[in-house]
Amino acid sequence: MRLVVDLNKCQGYAQCAFLAPDVFTMHGEESLVYNPRAGTEQREKVARAVAACPVQAITVEGLREASDAG
Amino acid sequence: MPGEEFHEWLRREGRIVIVGASLAGLTAAESLRAGGFAGSLTLIGDEPHEPYDRPPLSKAVLLGRASPEHTELPRRREIDAAWRLGVAATGLDMAAKRVRLADGEEVPYDRLLIATGVRARPWPKEEEARLDGVFVLRTRDDAVRLHRRMAAPPRRVFVVGAGFTGSEIASACRDRGIAVTVAERADGPLVGALGGVVGAVAAELHRDNGVDLRTGVMVTGLEGDTTGRVRAAHLSDGGVVETDVVVVSLGATRNTDWLAGSGLGAGPRGIACDAGCRAFDFRGIVTDDVFVAGDVARSPHPLFGYQFLSLEHWGNAVAQAEVAAHNMISASADRRPHLWVPAFWSSQFGVNIKSVGVPTMGEEIMITQGSLAERRFVGVYGHRGRVIAAVSFDNTRWLEFYQRQIETGAPFPVEYRTVDRRPEGRKPVPADFPDPSLPTHGPTVTLSGYSPADRRLVFTPARH
Ligand SMILES: Cc1cc2nc3c(=O)[nH]c(=O)nc-3n(C[C@H](O)[C@H](O)[C@H](O)COP(=O)(O)OP(=O)(O)OC[C@H]3O[C@@H](n4cnc5c(N)ncnc54)[C@H](O)[C@@H]3O)c2cc1C
Ligand code: SF4
Repeated sequence: MRLVVDLNKCQGYAQCAFLAPDVFTMHGEESLVYNPRAGTEQREKVARAVAACPVQAITVEGLREASDAG
Repeated sequence: MPGEEFHEWLRREGRIVIVGASLAGLTAAESLRAGGFAGSLTLIGDEPHEPYDRPPLSKAVLLGRASPEHTELPRRREIDAAWRLGVAATGLDMAAKRVRLADGEEVPYDRLLIATGVRARPWPKEEEARLDGVFVLRTRDDAVRLHRRMAAPPRRVFVVGAGFTGSEIASACRDRGIAVTVAERADGPLVGALGGVVGAVAAELHRDNGVDLRTGVMVTGLEGDTTGRVRAAHLSDGGVVETDVVVVSLGATRNTDWLAGSGLGAGPRGIACDAGCRAFDFRGIVTDDVFVAGDVARSPHPLFGYQFLSLEHWGNAVAQAEVAAHNMISASADRRPHLWVPAFWSSQFGVNIKSVGVPTMGEEIMITQGSLAERRFVGVYGHRGRVIAAVSFDNTRWLEFYQRQIETGAPFPVEYRTVDRRPEGRKPVPADFPDPSLPTHGPTVTLSGYSPADRRLVFTPARH
């Protein structure tokens, strides 16, 4: 899955880092560092992070498809 | 054909060509399809890769949390485009409406979008720039090479220029325990973009994290060994720093060379366009079928005195591409202006740095929340009695409020009470920007005057 976070929008609330820690991590107090390529096994966690982000800053491709290059 | 009918035809079966297949190009392609464009779409990009995101290259990738080969941008929708990747556009014939490609082919268009962005300014001494171990960081290929060399790991990395990218590289080195020296001509990092007051905080951030920061110095030369590998950097103060990796972060040059002689208002400062993203020709007359978006564009903004802004900002590339796409397939009454308020982020040494507005226009700065000493604050920039920009260090949640202040031309100095206001923030102080007549590599926002297409402009690149 490919993803991108609009870091202008991101408020550093860290919900994503809590829900999908292998993909999103906080660097310091409010700086988000993420891996733009997440494995398919992360799909459910990433979906939860996308839904939980209070400012809808996360865009993902391949969240819904059954098979995906990952 | 009357306008209405023409645009209906264009949307149905017109030919749109986009040159530059990166953030702005891809965003425009997606927006065109979302806006109902059903004609043929061609994306031309000189990089052999499909569109990828650049900001992670100096952050997650260097921190070892992402692969340099896998920052491809997610697709928001099918764009059904003909991709011409790995081939550069080499010329434009505006009269015949054709783009010439490096392989000799010509691609006709009814509407053209130019989104060719910028490239890293190389080390100016060519022979030294060719030394093994000397890098720039702009593209995926640059990132792959640097990433590989960092894995070794080097004994010391030497960064030329402490703008945002240079500072992020230094930050990543320290995070990985690699010794790093940063040389900057100004008195501190980020001074060109945020001024001396904030630059002083950035300098502390570097030093407290173990960066060997040298300010007020120029790099006079890079020295190689007998095998052609870089081994040292020489400084204007006589200093010599032994190093095995040099990263040149001296800002960027606009990719407009391919337009030389086309008659478009394109030069070293970018391509001038109106607020609706239509390009000016060299006479200063706006074209009706050539549009521009992203880092290569410069466009007038009413909030900032109608000055032409060129912004090397991710958010600007997205917003401007969306507006350009809409306007390309809309009749003039339905067109929209690109009124995006500049916004930028950077992440370094674990601190989230963000700005809105145009800090370089600020004569004065006030710390309205938090404190410089704690490196957690909001600084507000004033220009002729109004709020023109704001910067935050680890205080992003307040920026939206300040953006509204900028949009509504709120008065400066800031009189109202703010959360966590400290005594130091009661009075404005000079923002301390370097003399604008001396070009530096630092500014990410450049005010480039009123002239839409000054082709005789003499540009003096930054020298270190
Ligand atoms: C390391 C790094 C870190 C960054 N970090 C941040 C950040 O933290 N925050 C932020 O706001 N911004 C950041 N940016 C800036 C952001 O990435 C840019 O604003 C954005 O990429 C601009 O997109 P663009 O599509 O306009 O131009 P580009 O991304 O420059 O794309 C232009 C494309 O056109 C191609 N091209 C050029 N000439 C031709 C030609 N003649 N024919 C065909 N193709 C051509 C180029 O090769 C390139 O692929 C960063 C940039 C870099 C390099
Ligand atoms: S949940 Fe959204 S706002 Fe919060 S850190 Fe993640 S991306 Fe940013």
